[in-house]
Amino acid sequence: MAHTTRVLRSEWTKVRSVRSTLWTLLIAAVVTVGLSALICAFTASDFDSMAESEKAVFDATYVSFAGMSLGQLAMIAFGVLVVSNEYSTGMIRSSLSAVPQRGTFMFCKIFVATALVLVVGMATSFTTFFVGQQLLGDHGTTIGEPNVLRAVIGGGLYMTLIALFTMGVAFVLRSPMLAFGTLMPFFFIISGILGGVSATKKFAHYLPDQAGTMIMTVETGGGGEFGVGDRPYGPWGGLFIMALWVVASLVAGYLVLKKRDA
Amino acid sequence: MIELEGLTKRYGEKTAVDRLTFSVRPGVVTGFLGPNGAGKSTTMRMMLGLDSPTSGHVRIDGKRYDQLQEPLNHIGALLEAKSVHGGRTAYNHLLCLAQSNGIPDRRVDAVLDMVGLASVAKKRPKGFSLGMGQRLGIAAALLGDPRIVMFDEPVNGLDPEGIHWVRNLMQQLAAEGRTVFVSSHLMSEMSVTAEHLVVIGQGRLMADTSMADFIAENSRTYVRVRTPEPERLRDALHATGVNAVAADDGSLEVDGQPAARIGDVAAQHRVVLHELSPQNASLEEAFMRLTAESVEYHAHTAAQGQPPGPAPGQSQPPGGDRPTQQWGTGWKEGR
Repeated sequence: MAHTTRVLRSEWTKVRSVRSTLWTLLIAAVVTVGLSALICAFTASDFDSMAESEKAVFDATYVSFAGMSLGQLAMIAFGVLVVSNEYSTGMIRSSLSAVPQRGTFMFCKIFVATALVLVVGMATSFTTFFVGQQLLGDHGTTIGEPNVLRAVIGGGLYMTLIALFTMGVAFVLRSPMLAFGTLMPFFFIISGILGGVSATKKFAHYLPDQAGTMIMTVETGGGGEFGVGDRPYGPWGGLFIMALWVVASLVAGYLVLKKRDA
Repeated sequence: MIELEGLTKRYGEKTAVDRLTFSVRPGVVTGFLGPNGAGKSTTMRMMLGLDSPTSGHVRIDGKRYDQLQEPLNHIGALLEAKSVHGGRTAYNHLLCLAQSNGIPDRRVDAVLDMVGLASVAKKRPKGFSLGMGQRLGIAAALLGDPRIVMFDEPVNGLDPEGIHWVRNLMQQLAAEGRTVFVSSHLMSEMSVTAEHLVVIGQGRLMADTSMADFIAENSRTYVRVRTPEPERLRDALHATGVNAVAADDGSLEVDGQPAARIGDVAAQHRVVLHELSPQNASLEEAFMRLTAESVEYHAHTAAQGQPPGPAPGQSQPPGGDRPTQQWGTGWKEGR
């Protein structure tokens, strides 16, 4: 236990002492809140011209998370960098010479990074919700309404899980270029395309990001532009599917770290 | 104390390290010598548990590396110069390593001071010169005040002052009773620092001996004689029981005899001499000879294959018209 505590302290020193940590997390928060605010402002001004059917399923909570689709990319960047920088810089040799218990090393690195992401993710989620509702004005909702608090906390959990998933993948791929080249197009383009085409839609529903976003919806029939109304699972079911992806990526990452030469 | 037993590493078909068995003892500097690509770095990475051996094992003070809870307090290593995140300050780099092994923070300042990097403690190693990077690596190796230190090519990229510093440091560490294990591909470097030698070639153990024995066994002294009448001189020497061997360039080489004696014989027989010079084969040459068959990447011209320094390359004909002539084979055949 004392050993784990020491390694945790060490990993905390590592994560706080590089600039990329501050930048990626700051960008994740600013982009999410900024873009969501913009979308909320536009939605509020155009609300009267929306069709009645759209108004009926309008999800004020979910709209205030709209910027997260872009903001999560910075979260992914954080997850990639915190792991793969060890490999690209050669630091991994120093790290594993100091902590040859690779399971402990991985656990502590991920624990520290996840704790940080959870704090930033929750702060971002609550901020973007309150800013968004302010801008939506009369069309907005409040944190006291049913399921809204669950969705807002879910926003923070979503950001945390996406970063965790990324860290597992980065332990498998090691190279930052490879990890970015795989994850960025996947979450930014491919997942969206698969989810938009009717033939692949019902499979795309099980991708980590698409399943996970369900936790941020309140009106189960709605979801606006993201169209999450026709899912075979609920908000928690979606988060659970995402958590399964996370577990799979972390197990794969652990096996690679354990088996392969550093 | 580091003990290797049957240590082997294969990458597919290729065997990088082949059944290495030796131990590194405390109190002396042990040189780990081998040509480039001989498997030195792979061996050192396996010692640190970074690479896992195909078979065999390494014990550090009797334990497997990953059984050490605080490895930096047992063994400190300088591997490749840049095992450092370029964006993390020198101080923080050492701090995170220290924290993981329960080493107090003040030790970080102490080692930075020791290696002469105190003034750049708050700087990012991204901007460090090769020499500063080596010093930071050495600082990391010394963090836990370990009983065993291991340096992979420590003088690479250092200026003469830095080289001098590293040599003194290694000797001082050994004098304090520590185990010091240093790799190099340069015999000349080892000959001034190491007391004990482990030589490998193509992953195999070629020698495990004290430096003094290595010198005694491998340094050859001979006398080179040039004369317009080599046959006559050879016969004359032969008559007195001295064996002269014709070298490729027409000179004669005589082993184990003082130059004066050869001069006397020549004078008695009235043979004209153009050169009579005692020669010392360098240690570099002995090392090259030992590993000649195992060098992985041969140079394809004789000229490139020659080592620096006053060595027998001079006795080869100029122009390098014996393209794949291996180092030292000339006078090995001559013997």
